[in-house]
Amino acid sequence: MADQATGVIGVSARGYRDIARMWVKAALAYPASFWMMAASQFFLTLLDFVGIWIMFHTIDSLGGFDLTEIAFLYGATAFGIGVADLLGGQVERLGELIRMGRLDGMLLKPLPLLVQVCADQFALRRVARITQALVMLGVASYWVDWTPAKVGLTLVMLVSGSVIFLSIFVVFGCVQFWTVDASEVANAFTYGGNTMTQYPLTVFPKQVVTALTYLVPLAFVNWYPSLYILDRADPYGFPEWLRYASPIAAVALVAVTAVVWRAGVRHYESTGS
Amino acid sequence: MIPLYVSVATRAFRRYSTYTAATLSGLFTNCVFGCIICFVYLALWDQRPNAGGYDASDAVTYVWLGQAMLMTVMVWGGGVTNDLAERIRSGDVAIDLYRPVPLIGWYVAQDVGRAGFHLLTRGLGPTIVGALLFDVRFPSGPVAWLGFAVAVVLALLVSFAVRFLVASTSFWLLDASGPNAVAFLMAAFFSGLTVPLVIFPGWSRDVVMALPWASYIQVPADIWLGKREGWDLLAGLGFGVLWAVVLFAACHLVLRRATRKVVVQGG
Repeated sequence: MADQATGVIGVSARGYRDIARMWVKAALAYPASFWMMAASQFFLTLLDFVGIWIMFHTIDSLGGFDLTEIAFLYGATAFGIGVADLLGGQVERLGELIRMGRLDGMLLKPLPLLVQVCADQFALRRVARITQALVMLGVASYWVDWTPAKVGLTLVMLVSGSVIFLSIFVVFGCVQFWTVDASEVANAFTYGGNTMTQYPLTVFPKQVVTALTYLVPLAFVNWYPSLYILDRADPYGFPEWLRYASPIAAVALVAVTAVVWRAGVRHYESTGS
Repeated sequence: MIPLYVSVATRAFRRYSTYTAATLSGLFTNCVFGCIICFVYLALWDQRPNAGGYDASDAVTYVWLGQAMLMTVMVWGGGVTNDLAERIRSGDVAIDLYRPVPLIGWYVAQDVGRAGFHLLTRGLGPTIVGALLFDVRFPSGPVAWLGFAVAVVLALLVSFAVRFLVASTSFWLLDASGPNAVAFLMAAFFSGLTVPLVIFPGWSRDVVMALPWASYIQVPADIWLGKREGWDLLAGLGFGVLWAVVLFAACHLVLRRATRKVVVQGG
C-alpha cells in the first residue's frame, strides 16, 4: 500500500515535470513576451506593496503594525500564493478545459487528472512573483530578532502557506465542475485571501478573523506564525498554540480538497457534445 | 450608420448577458474585494481622518465606485479588444477591415454594448451591496449625477483607446500577451485601484493625476463625491476629453500603419 502510494507520487512528479518542461520550452519560443510578462509579474506584486508604502506616507502604523512588520506579512503571503499559482494556478481554467473537451482527453492519459490540469500551460514567468516575495521577506528580515526556532517556524510557514493556497486554488476551482463559467468565485478566496493577508488581520472585524481561522484557514498562511516570529501578542486573544498550527491547517485543508476534487470528478459527465 | 452601430452594441450587450454564472461569480468577487479594501481604508482613515482630503465615508464610497468601474470601464484591460488581438493573430482581422464600417467604430460600438451590460450588473451590484454594508455617499444633485455619467463615458472611451493600442501591438508582435501584462500593471496602479490617487504624496500625485488612467476611477469618483464642482468639474471632464482625443488619434494612426503592413504581408 505504502509502496503503491510512493509509486503514484513518483509518477505524478515525473509527469508534472515533463509537461511543465514542454510548456517552458514553448513559452521561451517568444522570448520578448516571456520577459515582458515575467517583469510585469515582478512589478505587479511589488506595486501592491508600493501602494501600502504610499499609505504609510499618511500614517505610521496600520492596525497596530508598522511598515517593516507588514512587509514581513506581505512577503510571506506573496510567497505562498506565488508557489501555489506556479504549481496549480491553472486550475482556474478548469471550466475552459471542460468546455473545449480537453478534460476528456486528459482522463484517458495514465497520469492523475489533477496533475495534468495543474501542469497544463505551466507558466515559468510566475517565478518572478516568488522572487519578488523572497526579496521582500529578505528585506523585512532585517528588523526581525532571529532565533533558531523563528527560522524554523518561518520555513514551516512558507511551506504551509504554499500548501494552503494551492488547496484553496483547487477547492474553489472545483466549483467549475458544477458551473463551467464560474471561475471567478475562486478569485475571491485566492487573490482575495492574498490581499487580506497582506495586512495585519487587526484591520478586520473579529468575526472575519474567526472565519479565516476555522473556516477558510488563510490566517495560517502568515498571520499566526508571524505573531510568534515578530514577538507579538495576539490582538484578538486567540489560543497561543495556533501560532505553530499552520501545518495542521494545511494538512486538514488538503484532506478536504481531496474529497471535493473527487466529488467534482465523479460529478463530471463530459460536455456531451 | 447610427442604427448599425446601435445594433452592433445591442448584440454585444446580449452576448455578454448570456453568461449568468460568470456575471454572478464576478459580482461576488467584486463584493468580497470591496469589503476587504473598505476595512483597510477604514483603518487608515481612522488614524488620519482627512487623508487626501477624503473622510472615511468618501474613502469607502471610493472603494465601491472602484469595484463598480472595474468591469464597466475594463480597468485591467481585455473585453472586445482581446477578440481584436486574437483576430489579428489569426488573420481574421482582414475581414474586419473589409467591413463597410470603420474598424475602430465597429469595436467601439461593441465595447459600448459590453459596458452597458457591465454597468447594469457589475456596476450597479457592488454599488448597492456597498451602500447596504458601509456608509456610502451618493451624489448631491443632478449636476453631479450628470457629470458622473459623462465622466464614465469618457473613462470608457479613454480605456477603449488604451486597450485598442495594446491590442494593435499584435500587428507587429503577433502575441499581445506581453503588452497586455504591462498595460494591466500600469492600469491597476495608475487608475487608483490599489490606492486612491489623492493620497499619493507630493509631486507624484500631480503626475498620476495627469496620466490617462486618472480618468478611469479618480475623476468620476471625485465628481460623485462632490470634490469637483463648477469649473473643477468641467476641468475634470475636459481632461477626459483631451486624453480621449489624443488616444483616438493615436489609434487611427496606428491602424493606418498596421493596415499598410497587413496589405504588404498579404501580398
